[in-house]
Amino acid sequence: MELLNAVFIAPFVDMWEFPAFFIEVVITGLLTGVLYSLVALGFVLIFKASGVFNFSQGAMVLFAALTLVGLMEKGVPVWLALILTMLVMIALAFAVERLMLRPLVNQDHIILFMATIGLTFFLEGFGETLWGSNVKRLDVGIPNESFEIHGVLLNQFDLFAAAIGAVLVAGLAIFFHKTPVGRALRAVADDHQAAMSVGIPLKTIWIIVWSVAGIVAMVAGIMWGAKSGVQFSLSLIALKALPVLILGGFTSVPGAIVGGLIIGVGEKVAEIYWGPLVGGAIENWFAYVLALAFLLYRPQGLFGEKIIERV
Amino acid sequence: MLYREAGQFKTSYAADQAMFPIVQDRWFILALLLVAYLVVPFTANEYWLQAVLIPFLVFSMAAIGLNLLTGYAGQLSLGTGAFMAVGAYSTYKLITAFPDLNVIVAFLIAGVITAGVGLVFGVPSLRIKGFYLAVATLAAQFFLSWMFNKVPWFYNYSPSGTITTPPRTVFGVMVTGPEATAEVRYLVALTLVAVLALAAKNLVRSRIGRSWMAIRDMDIAAEIIGFRPMQTKLTAFAVSSFYCGVAGAMMLCLWLGSAETEAFDINVSFQVLFMVIIGGLGSILGSFLGAAFIILVPVFLTNAPQLFGIAMATDTQKHLEVMIFGGLIVFFLIVEPRGFAQLWQIAKEKLRIWPFPY
Amino acid sequence: MAASDRLNGDVILDVNDISLAFGGVKALENVSFDVRAGEIRAIIGPNGAGKSSMLNVINGFYHPQDGEITYKGKTRKQMRSHEAAAQGIARTFQNIALFKGMTTLDNIMTGRNLKMRVNLFLQALHIGPARREEMEHRAFVERIIDFLEIQSIRKTPVGRLPYGLQKRVELGRALAAEPDLLLLDEPMAGMNTEEKEDMCRFILDVNDEFGTTIVLIEHDMGVVMDISDRVVVLDYGRKIADGSPDEVRANKEVIDAYLGVAHD
Repeated sequence: MELLNAVFIAPFVDMWEFPAFFIEVVITGLLTGVLYSLVALGFVLIFKASGVFNFSQGAMVLFAALTLVGLMEKGVPVWLALILTMLVMIALAFAVERLMLRPLVNQDHIILFMATIGLTFFLEGFGETLWGSNVKRLDVGIPNESFEIHGVLLNQFDLFAAAIGAVLVAGLAIFFHKTPVGRALRAVADDHQAAMSVGIPLKTIWIIVWSVAGIVAMVAGIMWGAKSGVQFSLSLIALKALPVLILGGFTSVPGAIVGGLIIGVGEKVAEIYWGPLVGGAIENWFAYVLALAFLLYRPQGLFGEKIIERV
Repeated sequence: MLYREAGQFKTSYAADQAMFPIVQDRWFILALLLVAYLVVPFTANEYWLQAVLIPFLVFSMAAIGLNLLTGYAGQLSLGTGAFMAVGAYSTYKLITAFPDLNVIVAFLIAGVITAGVGLVFGVPSLRIKGFYLAVATLAAQFFLSWMFNKVPWFYNYSPSGTITTPPRTVFGVMVTGPEATAEVRYLVALTLVAVLALAAKNLVRSRIGRSWMAIRDMDIAAEIIGFRPMQTKLTAFAVSSFYCGVAGAMMLCLWLGSAETEAFDINVSFQVLFMVIIGGLGSILGSFLGAAFIILVPVFLTNAPQLFGIAMATDTQKHLEVMIFGGLIVFFLIVEPRGFAQLWQIAKEKLRIWPFPY
Repeated sequence: MAASDRLNGDVILDVNDISLAFGGVKALENVSFDVRAGEIRAIIGPNGAGKSSMLNVINGFYHPQDGEITYKGKTRKQMRSHEAAAQGIARTFQNIALFKGMTTLDNIMTGRNLKMRVNLFLQALHIGPARREEMEHRAFVERIIDFLEIQSIRKTPVGRLPYGLQKRVELGRALAAEPDLLLLDEPMAGMNTEEKEDMCRFILDVNDEFGTTIVLIEHDMGVVMDISDRVVVLDYGRKIADGSPDEVRANKEVIDAYLGVAHD
């Protein structure tokens, strides 16, 4: 009886009685969700344009952040460090296309997926060899004070991150749907052969897309890194992005956003209100179980395309 | 010249369908087993046994399990670590609760328990395919990891959360615990692997193996022929989990001696997946080759600087190792996406016609 | 060749008023026809007429919105594909649905799947009943391999075989199930004259020796006229003719459909 009460009644009573706190939890969740979405966005970009499931997106976030911090620690001013890091990510895109994508162009998706896991290890090791593996502080000058609205505690930094996220998403959406390059990207995602036969240069497209994903990774790296320090666990975020992609579909930009927000909020609320019942750390698995439940109901995700099988 | 099959005519279907139809292969396997049983225990030193051979056997078992599921039945799984954990914790609970229980029997029972768990987590595969299924198996991985961490019953309420194998004997010989010698543990592991690998090879060339491959290659056509997707997939999960469970039990009792949940985390799942892919999907031999590669490379990388007389800070060395490891994986995937097993086949082809070029 | 001389028995399959639509697209509209045991029935029609869809409905892959199928006396609205297989329906596919990762021998052995009973553990040990069962079925499959003259490619992975041979292997897999009703979707597609003659010979032999009822979709009119007992003609998802090859050949609507005369 007590258990039933604790699971089904008490948490909701809590939410109702302390709405300000509940809203804070939701907002924290939303903001974490924005960060998840940013990472998921990188995935979606690459998957949309090259059909590759880029597991190393998380490592790219870490690598970008490490590079940025490393440069700043050497005394490079912020604005220059940002530009240099972007260039590094673009160079990385070139290298990945030339050394990894091109040789594997016709292989099974699982092989490409495994290659990106190999890339993950490589980037992690490389980044840490270059810049060391101590936790680093990242300060790009974003204000970080808290303030209150109607009893709800908010943080400038979080709002800034959300704003950046929104701008990025809007920009990418416009890019995909309104520009010729965006159209070419969508063509490539649909059918490599057909795209090539109308003259779309596959190699260039891949470089563009991986560069954009790299820059998205950099932004995500800055946000996460400034919030919780630049460290190894950043790359584990890649794994968290997977449930986001499940919910939102692997090829949908709005889906990545919505998915990220749902996962972010869901996780946080579950952890705060139900976590104490079972000893905490529900956040470790909640997102995955949520995604699983979702998949059972709708195997292609919220925004994914329904797969029709023909014989 | 050495490897020619000419003249080896099979006069019965049984002979044709034998596990190693080419006579030279049979001799080779026999020789390998003889060396493994009679030579290695007396010549290998403690380091080699503990750091290389025993983990090789443990991971070969896990790789076979995952290969059955992913390579033969086409169901991508990232939950191997969790299934190994189920095997390990089940074994721990069994042998601590029943001190007289033969430890090998405990392994097998733990395997069956893991098969049951695998069945449960395999149910989503009926609706979900490909990468989506991989993510679903991640749910298994993270949830089970969390569960073994949070629920004290699993580690017998020990304050540190670690499970330690108590000493157990089989036929009077100490098999687990601090007094069990590496040689004994090695031989037990070797026997388990040899027997279960044999069973696996039998499975994949009989009806059940064909049903797995049919579902993998074209599940719609398979259903139209009469294969039942549900039974086939669930059987794949169950059998694969059995192997992974036994591997986990071996890992705890015959290799590490004690473990925490971290020993079975997502990294293990990826490690085993690497073994299967680099070794060769859909090949029992590949599972062994992949396990050997993934075990040996880090050992080599750790010891290489000394071999070449280069001094390096441990930190840097670790990072370099990770980097080279990742690079090697990409390299081998480019060179032979079908894995070492395929390279082996090609080598055999060349041997067949040697010394002629073609 | 006296196709019409063959003794034809009772109706084994009765397709009654089947309608099938995908979203707004009507694949089949009120199609009805029957198939007698032991006969060779051809389904013909221009591209997109719904012929493959009809086969897919018969073996349970597509579920019609309307109508029913009576097979071996049992009437039902829809059947799962593996039930159809268990009831003795086997088929080949327009775009070859072989298991590319397996050899010819293994592919045909999968056709024996429903006849194999031995449980998992015995299979793992590969002794006694498991071994005997495997050898029995291997012997049966070898007879099919002999029949189809594909001995030399027994151990070749089917992904490496040329198209014509793949089609033959697929036929072998269907035959391995010892079906009562064999559905063939364009078995001659992409073959040269010699290969077509071979395939015709196989189909007729199967029908002769085992009495298997055959429903086939085919575009080659010469083949259709030669080997079928009766013909159904579909156009735009509707049946426009049904009868002996000669009757159908002379039917004005059929001629119009093939020549592309405008419909009302």
